[in-house]
Formats: sequence, structure tokens, C-alpha cells
Amino acid sequence: MTTSPVTRKRIRGGIGESPLRPDGIPKVTGNFAYASDLHAEGMLWAATLRSPHPRARITKLDTAPALAVGGVVAVLTQDDVPGRPGFGMHVPDQPVFAAGECNYWGEPIAVVAASDLETAKLGVAAIVVEYEVLEPLTDMEEADAADSQTRRMKIRRGDRTVSGAVSVEGYYEVGQQDQAPLGNEAGLAIPDGDGGVDLYAVSQWVHSDHWQIYPCLNLEPEQIRCHPVGMGGAFGSREDVSMHIHLCMLALRTGRPVKMMFDRAESFVGHVHRHPARMWYRHEADADGKLVKVEARLILDGGAYESSSNAVIANAAYFAMGPYLCDNVFIDSVAVKTNNPPAGAMRGFGGVQTAFGHEAQMDRLADELSIDRLEFRRRNALGQGDPMNSSGQIIEGSLPTAELIDELASMPIVEPLASDDPRHLPGGTGLTTNPDHVKRGMGYGVTIKNLAFSEAFDDYSDVRISLSPIGVEVYTAAAEVGQGMVTIIQQLAREVLKIEQVAVVWSDTNVIGSAGSTSASRQTQMTGGATYQCAVELRQQILDEFGGDDLSSEGVWRDGDLLVTLAEVCGGGAKEHEIRYRHPETFATDENGQGDPHPAFAVAAHRAVVDVDPELGLVRVVQLDTVQDVGKVLNPVAALGQIEGGALQGVGMAVLEELVVDKGVIKNPNFTDYLLPTFLDAPHIEVRFVEEPERWGPLGAKGIGEPPTISAGPAVYAAIQDAIGRHLHRVPVLPQHIVGSS
Amino acid sequence: MEVSLTVNGQAVTSEVEARTLLVHLLRENLGLTGTHVGCETGYCGACTVHVDGTPVKSCTMLAAQVEGAEVTTVEGLANGELHPVQEGFWERHGLQCGYCTPGMIMTAAGMLADNDNPSEDEIRHGIEGNLCRCTGYHNIVRAIEYAAAKMRGDEPAAPDWEVV
Repeated sequence: MTTSPVTRKRIRGGIGESPLRPDGIPKVTGNFAYASDLHAEGMLWAATLRSPHPRARITKLDTAPALAVGGVVAVLTQDDVPGRPGFGMHVPDQPVFAAGECNYWGEPIAVVAASDLETAKLGVAAIVVEYEVLEPLTDMEEADAADSQTRRMKIRRGDRTVSGAVSVEGYYEVGQQDQAPLGNEAGLAIPDGDGGVDLYAVSQWVHSDHWQIYPCLNLEPEQIRCHPVGMGGAFGSREDVSMHIHLCMLALRTGRPVKMMFDRAESFVGHVHRHPARMWYRHEADADGKLVKVEARLILDGGAYESSSNAVIANAAYFAMGPYLCDNVFIDSVAVKTNNPPAGAMRGFGGVQTAFGHEAQMDRLADELSIDRLEFRRRNALGQGDPMNSSGQIIEGSLPTAELIDELASMPIVEPLASDDPRHLPGGTGLTTNPDHVKRGMGYGVTIKNLAFSEAFDDYSDVRISLSPIGVEVYTAAAEVGQGMVTIIQQLAREVLKIEQVAVVWSDTNVIGSAGSTSASRQTQMTGGATYQCAVELRQQILDEFGGDDLSSEGVWRDGDLLVTLAEVCGGGAKEHEIRYRHPETFATDENGQGDPHPAFAVAAHRAVVDVDPELGLVRVVQLDTVQDVGKVLNPVAALGQIEGGALQGVGMAVLEELVVDKGVIKNPNFTDYLLPTFLDAPHIEVRFVEEPERWGPLGAKGIGEPPTISAGPAVYAAIQDAIGRHLHRVPVLPQHIVGSS
Repeated sequence: MEVSLTVNGQAVTSEVEARTLLVHLLRENLGLTGTHVGCETGYCGACTVHVDGTPVKSCTMLAAQVEGAEVTTVEGLANGELHPVQEGFWERHGLQCGYCTPGMIMTAAGMLADNDNPSEDEIRHGIEGNLCRCTGYHNIVRAIEYAAAKMRGDEPAAPDWEVV
């Protein structure tokens, strides 16, 4: 035991600060390894043969001509799948390769491994395949009528005979958005020489990939190791298996490392997209401006396979009417199955589509009642202790809807632009807009989203912390997709252990248990919560062992004196602790959608200001003001970055972005025709946080990734309608909608 | 065919096909994977490098066109240290996934070489040909302002956020 006048150093990079990202240097110098950058000695390249038809019967499939191409090493089809024929996030309904019938345009039929990518593509072109083309089912209402669906979900709450003094009805359509991460899908599979394989492929959840891969390969779970890898964004597009099983099969067949990299066009067909939606709403309110009844019918097109459609449609239904009190709620919703490209996870996950509907309805009701639109929302604001309007679940965690609305109302409204710079007009330097004709509009979006996984899903994150004299290591499989999880883990570990040197060790599926998906705005709460809890327990174990009352990088302390140094604490080896962190239990709801399905909620509020040229249909989004319910801010700069980036994806959805799918075929699978917001499309944005701690998670923090994407779009949509003085029923709002030609 | 050029100060000669793009020469032949491929159609700018000091999208240029040229990639922008633009992107949280970052940095460095005191409008227009899907662009503008101040020898402005 030592006693000495050592003083504790202040720890930098803890909670509430904005420490620099540890991956910042490699990312700014070009040294960060993305999946597309991976290389292994002697590796082969792979390419995929995809269906040119949305629906067809394969009448002939001959791979021999491909094998005859010089440099081609292997060609695999469904006949080569050694185990379970299919995979899927929830149910394994998607075949590894189309066999017999193709169910969507771009569905994989075969893969080719060759000495280089060009040769692999030549191999793909050499495969002989003949089709009997069949009529595809591509209309979501026809699919509903034909009962082609993966989940019907209804909400029945309250009394349907109740009616209000005023009633508004609306029909709304939401187009299909693509996640469009800047980095395309890529992966590398390396055989281990012992019948197993190590996979380094883009993923938001390596354990989910793992659970889907090994049964198809008919191997023991530990023979397939899925490794977290660097990736250029995700936004939901990497939650599903894409190339993963194909790569593993090729590596095992050839005995060589195999790499695959989609180009942008293939990426557009190689991952799931946001569900397009059609929605019918009737809202009723009493004369005092209280919502009394909401009825809705929702259809979301899930495309050819289930993916996460059943969770998406549940979210659409549970959040169909936003963060507003209402006791009489009747919703019929369905995720239909068609021959369109499969839809699945994208930031906002079901809540995005319905937000356009419920916010438009709230505006129409407010107008009908001659009440200010924001005041009308304020009067109906849902809060802590209230029953959730859809499920009836009592909201136990924080839900400061009213506070957000008040804060938003207090933010100064942007002045009309004084500049006569034509670049600031709608349409910019196209110079087609007459400044005198520009109309300014303002709109609101106030929305709610569940945080983490719902409906009785066993949602957890495993974390192991190892403490040695050189610092702390946190082992996790949580996917860092750019959101900054790595910094949050470091901050939380520092905060508890008071040791500045913290390294996050991204670990494969054999080294650490699942962290769950980097989706549902859940990692800050789940893996952040696991890190915090694990650190607290490890600290307590060490204090108990040495009889101390504090731990820091110097060692264990009691009454201000250093008892033992960190080197002495770890004399018998690194101190390790591992935990499995769970959020409060959730439950499946009954046949009326009633029960306790959600662990937590978050709200966000946006106010958008737009300038519109109503004659030409051009829009410029001038300003976004937003307030977000964040529980507690752990890292202000990272939180701002998430909110600004998430909001712009909502803006894109409102005015630019749509996959054009014509009879099942994507017509714009490229950045020339699928328009992403640029620097010039990004409005000025003011962000405020409301901090009301959540009942679980690290220090009361809430997930923040999805809410800004959900509320920004409806605010822009409303502002455009305000500017032109007319209702619009579809997003993205395109010039032809504004000028009234369609 | 053979192409000879200078990449990040080093003379290199590489065997390419007539149709090989500059970005593939850099990534596949020379292993310089800091230059990224995002769209292959000249829209996203993730592949931006400097050819004889001018930013170009390397997916829109053939390897054969850079015969005798001096090419600088993000790996060679600064020798062992950080270029002010690289420092700005790190210091001002101008990146999340970081995939667009090398292209953003090369475009911004080219812009600031011509004008080290750009207005916010000039920054936005100067870099409008590069796409980012994560950040909403604001922190990228702040990162470039930081770099411009550093290059002028000024103290960069404090971050424009505050915790109250």
C-alpha cells in the first residue's frame, strides 16, 4: 500500500464536452479503412447476376459458359446453398438466390468470382438464363385487395361513435426515399482454412447478419465471424443482409479471399429502401380545439420480401397521429407484399410517412377552428403520464412535447432576405424566377418516435470493459456508421472511471455478444447505457477489493489518499467486467393494438420557412428552426451534427428525393436523376435542445438520430402549402404539384 | 499502355488500359484508397484530387490524361502533419462517416488556394459539387472557415454553438 500527496488530474473528454473524434485523423488523411478499401493477398473479385424482370419464371439457367471464361474461378446459384435456403431480418423468406421465380427487379440469381472485377462481370454476362416473364404486382392497393400482405395491424381505442364539432379529411402519398449513403456496399470474406470464414462487410448489426448467415451455410455459429468494418454511412440501408451470404459461399468454395463492391447503380437495387405510403385520415376536434377522434387507413408497400416491414408498419400505426392527446383512435394499417424492390429500414422507420399525414391534418383542423396552428398543437400536446394515443400505454419516461412547442414559438422568425442576389431565389442561378412573384411560407412539424426496439423484442447490448495500467478498453460490436458512437462510449467510460485513455475495440461475433442494431436511435442509450453500467460495476468491484472510495488513473483512493496505484490494482492482470444491458421490458399488444409496446419516446419540433415561385413550381427552403427532446446532451457538437444532417434528409424527402419505380423497375438508380440535397439546398438551421432526462439509459440521454428526419419534412411540406395557399397531397412536392398540373 | 506521372511527389509508372479512370489508377494500381468512389458519374465529388494543382473529379478523367502530370491525393496533401483544411474538418466536426471527406478537403483546399478569405456564400458555391449525406453541410462550412482563418494566420472563430 502506498500513501502519497498525489493529486487527481482533471479528466478531459467527459460528458457534456465535445471531444474530437478518435477516428478524425484517419478520416481526414485518407487512412481510414472503409469496407471498399479492404484488400487481402490473392483475393478474387465477385459480381452478381440480377433479374432484369420484376417477376419472371427462370426457365433455363446455365452457368457453364461463365466458368469457361478465362479467369473465372467459381459461379454459384441457389443449388449451391448448403443449408437453409433463405434469410431475412425477421423471417427467412428471401432466398439466397432467386430460384424458380424472380420476385423483384435486381434480385440476385448467381454470383461469379474471378481474378478481377472486369472478368467477374464478363462471367456474369456469359451466364445463360431464360425467363418466362410474368405480370408483376406493383400497385399497393391492388396488393391489399388481393390480401398480399406481411402484416395487418389495427388500433381500436375508445368510442367510434364519438364525433367532434369539426372534422377534416385528407389523403396523402409519400414517395420512396433511398438512404443514399455516400459509400456503396462492399465486403471481403476470408476463408480460415478450417472450413470457416471471416466476413468484413458493411453492416449496422453484425450479429443479425451472423444469425442469418450460418444457417444458410450449414455451419456452426462460431465458424462464421462477422467483423465490424468502416462504412460510408448507413441510415437503415445496412440493416439487411445484401452480399454477405454470397461472399461467404464464394470464399468457402474457392478457398480464397473474395471481395465485392457495388457501384452506385447496383447499390440502388442492392439494399432496401423506405416504404412508399398511401394514407387516408379523418380528424375530429371539439370547438375548444381538443382532438376527439382520429381515424386512419395506412398502406405501406414492403416490396417483394418482408425485411423489417412488420416492424415498420407497427411504427406507422403506433405513431400515426403524432404527439397529441386523443382518446378515440381507429387505425387500419397494412404492409403489402408486391414485386417492387424490397422496402425496409430507413431513418425514422414508419413514423416518417405518417408524420406528413398527421401534421397536415393538424394544420387543416387548426384552420377550420381558426386557432393558431402551433397553439392548436400546444393544446393537444402529449406528455409524461399521459396514455399514448394509439396503444394506451402510460408514458412513464420523459415527453416534453409542450415544452418543445413553447421553445419553438420563442425562437425568432427569420427576416425576409434583403439580398437581391439571384442565387438566393428559388431555382437559383437558373435565373427563371421573377423576385416579385416569390411567395414566402411557414410551416410546422411536431412528431414523435419510439426509441430502441419494441413489442417484446429482447433488446440488449453486451459490453466488456478491460482496465489495465495503460488505460481502458471497451469491447463492443456496436456499428459505428459515422454517427459518433465511438466518442460517446469514450466519454461515458471516462466519466465513470476517471481515466482519460479509453479505446473502443470493435469486436467480432466470436469475441463479444450482440450490441443490437445501430438503428432505432438506440445505440447511445443501449451501448452507451451498457458502457456506463459496466464501468460503474467494474469501478465498484475494484473499490470493494481495495477498500477505496474513489478510482482514477492514479489508482484507488480513500479519504483523499492514494491507497494503491493503478499498476498495483492490475498486478494480477487486467481487471475485466462484462454485462448485458437491457431497457425496460416491452410487450406485444393485443388484437386492438393496446398494451405496452415501447420502452421510450422522443419528440422533435421543426419550423420551416420557404420561398416558392408558384408559377414555375420552384422551392427554396430558407430556414429551419428546431427544438429536440434529447434527454441529456452527452456531446453537443455530435448532437448538432446528427440533428442538422438528419433534418436535411427530411428536407430532401419533402422536395427532392424519390426513387422512380415504374412497373417494378427503378428508373433513376444514379445521383444524376435521384436528387440529393447539396450545399445550396441546405437551409440555415437553428437548433435548441430540451433536456428532460429519460428514465433509463446513460445519465438520462435519449437517442437523437431519427427525430429530426421525421419532423423536418412535414414542416417544409406545410410551409410550401402555406406559401401557395393550396393543399398538396404528395411528397416529395415537385414543380408540377405546385403549379397544379398534376 | 503505360502512364508516368508524379503522385504525391513521387514519380510513378503504371500499366493501365486506355479506358482506366484516374480514380482506379490511384486506388487499385497505387493503393491510394483515401480517394473514394461514391457515384462514378461525377456528381458526388468523393473522388476529388488535384491534377497540376487544380481539383478534379478523378472518376471523370482517364488515367491516360494524367501522363506527365502532378497528382495530389488526400494522402499527400500535407507531409506528416495536417493541412489546415484537414485540421478544420477534425476540429469543427466537419465529418461523420467521413466518406465524402477526402473529396471535400481536396475541393476546399483548391478553393482556399485561390481565395483564403471566402464569404459563407463563396464557400457554399465553391464546394457545391461535393455531396455529403451525414452532416447537413453546416459543420463543413465551419471547417472551411476555420481552415481559411488558419491559412491567413488568423485565430479561427470560436465554435458557433454554446451550451446554456
